[in-house]
Amino acid sequence: MFGDYSVGDLGAIFAMQAFAGLILFSVFVLMALGLAIIFGQMGVINMAHGEFMILGAYVTWMTKTVFQEYLPSLFAGYFFLAMALAFVAAGALGMLVEWTLIRHLYRRPLDTLLATWGLSLILQQAYRSIFGAREVGVELPEWMMGSKHITDTIEVQINGLFVMALTTLITCAVAYIIYWSRWGRQVRAVVQNRVMAGAVGINTEKVDRYTFGLGCGIAGVAGSAFTMIGSTSPTAGQLYIVDTFLVVVFGGAASLVGTIASAFTISQARSTLEFFLSGSMAQVLTLLAIVGILMLRPQGLFTLKVRK
Amino acid sequence: MIKTPRFLKRGDLMAMVALAVLLVVILPMTLDVFRLNLVAKYLTYAFVAIGLVLCWGMGGILSLGQGVFFGLGGYCMAMFLKLEASSVANTKIQSTPGIPDFMDWNQITQLPLFWQPFHSLTFALIAVVVVPTAFALLVGTAMFKRRVGGVYFAIITQALAAILTILIVGQQGYTGGINGITDLRTLKGWDIRSDHAKLILYFVEVACLFACIVVAILIRNSKLGRILVAMREKEDRVRFSGYNVANFKIFAFCAAAAFASIGGALFTLEVGFMSPSFVGIVPSIEMVIYTAVGGRLSIFGAVYGTLLVNFAKTSLSESFPQLWLFGLGALFIAVVLAFPNGLAGIWRDYVQVHLVRLIFRRRPPPGAVPGWTDDSVADAAAAE
Repeated sequence: MFGDYSVGDLGAIFAMQAFAGLILFSVFVLMALGLAIIFGQMGVINMAHGEFMILGAYVTWMTKTVFQEYLPSLFAGYFFLAMALAFVAAGALGMLVEWTLIRHLYRRPLDTLLATWGLSLILQQAYRSIFGAREVGVELPEWMMGSKHITDTIEVQINGLFVMALTTLITCAVAYIIYWSRWGRQVRAVVQNRVMAGAVGINTEKVDRYTFGLGCGIAGVAGSAFTMIGSTSPTAGQLYIVDTFLVVVFGGAASLVGTIASAFTISQARSTLEFFLSGSMAQVLTLLAIVGILMLRPQGLFTLKVRK
Repeated sequence: MIKTPRFLKRGDLMAMVALAVLLVVILPMTLDVFRLNLVAKYLTYAFVAIGLVLCWGMGGILSLGQGVFFGLGGYCMAMFLKLEASSVANTKIQSTPGIPDFMDWNQITQLPLFWQPFHSLTFALIAVVVVPTAFALLVGTAMFKRRVGGVYFAIITQALAAILTILIVGQQGYTGGINGITDLRTLKGWDIRSDHAKLILYFVEVACLFACIVVAILIRNSKLGRILVAMREKEDRVRFSGYNVANFKIFAFCAAAAFASIGGALFTLEVGFMSPSFVGIVPSIEMVIYTAVGGRLSIFGAVYGTLLVNFAKTSLSESFPQLWLFGLGALFIAVVLAFPNGLAGIWRDYVQVHLVRLIFRRRPPPGAVPGWTDDSVADAAAAE
């Protein structure tokens, strides 16, 4: 397996694969963060999570089109506005969905799963009717394209670096909101003991709605970031939903650290394996390993003790 | 006083006769062979739906990976048929005659070891049921013994469906890849593509379906069925009463897998090919919606639900391809929010009550409606 490569080549390969893995890791973390908040904090399975992501991607695409058409001078900075809009759009849709659909089903988690799957079908068809079935791509501003040479054999893409920076920023923001802000304390109180949280005056319904909205909003940002790496199509969300769920479950629901650790493990394992095996076998082996580990340790890598 | 459960209650018998009249008399007489073959295709999903009634409706175990078992059963059948279709005489033009065409295209020169036993029909027929059930046993044992359940189980079974699809698509030389195993012709020299054969296969399938229905009813009406329901309602109490909850769950999951595998094998025979598009996440979750629409507690409802959703799918996607996904999505939401007991619930609450009153000129005492022993799912969930 290693015989054909010199030591320097191998080092470069590992560095490049590790970098590719880091980009995948960033995308996984972004996707999984929203899900970890919704699933971990609320116990709701949102199968339409991928479609919220795609909503963010389409919002980004629309913003790009508008800027190209009317504000070409500001094109360099459109991405930041696009991400903000993606967050707001996905978050607003999320809160609407929570209000109309999810809140009636808190006691029936398996039924939530089916209902949100139905929602995902409707959203997919809506995207297809509005934006067409073809994939759309986003042109990046000049400064985000190209790559940086580190050494002769190693180079890194700038958009990859941007995604990583973005992921770090959002993760820190979420950690701050959940663990240090007043609202985050309320969320955690509701998770740990819903009845008592209500008894001390926390409006649990409102907390639920904003939590769901926050999770969906982050999915929107993830979709926005995703347009930098891949193209967007109406059904793209479905491709990632299983991976994302496994990241969250593997990490241990309700644990942000767990989510990040598991996203790191899974993405690195997959991108390293991908170099030596075919892409599909790498995916199969990684998924099988996760399922296997989950059978041995059903609660995931990191767990939080919760009074049920 | 505790009534001893009579096997095959009167209500079940009546429902069975009604279904038999529909499937054996009305449909074959009114539909042409093409449409009847479509019905046959739909009915293969009914096997899966019946399995889901046992596993999900009664046992409360939602499996989103039934496509895995459907597909495994179907592939076992397809492997036998493919080997028969690729005899040396039929595949003279290949660089290696006598192996399936897709292997030849992928530069494989020898039949892989795991394909060898599928030369025998007996082995193939046994494998159709045993392979998926054994896989279900493995997965079920690993999960339920460690008390993985509910949502986690659903996600992991869904991941399994994804894994198997990727594996089949990726290993093109051994499985036929994304196209699946196609161009199946004969079963022991009997051409399965002729109209006559399709008609016979249809009746064979209906017979199998009734066999499965009877088995499912026997399970539901036995003590086993009651334990399954009890487990769904309050798992801990069943455990405290001294039952080994995991074993009962494994049984329900394996039974559902076995039913699905029979459906898959019949699907291969009826349709003439098998491909990964019947294994993955989307078909697996569609199978759940058939059961949900029919009524997750009703064995007969599952059959009607399957037929109805598939009819709607075919006719809607023929004329309004855009509307179909909206319709299916709305169906998911409506069934969950408004009709958790599906068609069977509507039938019981609105039609049967009036029917009974009309015939007997009196109101049936509550709970005396034949064939229904369980409380509605919504009540059960609210009581948690």
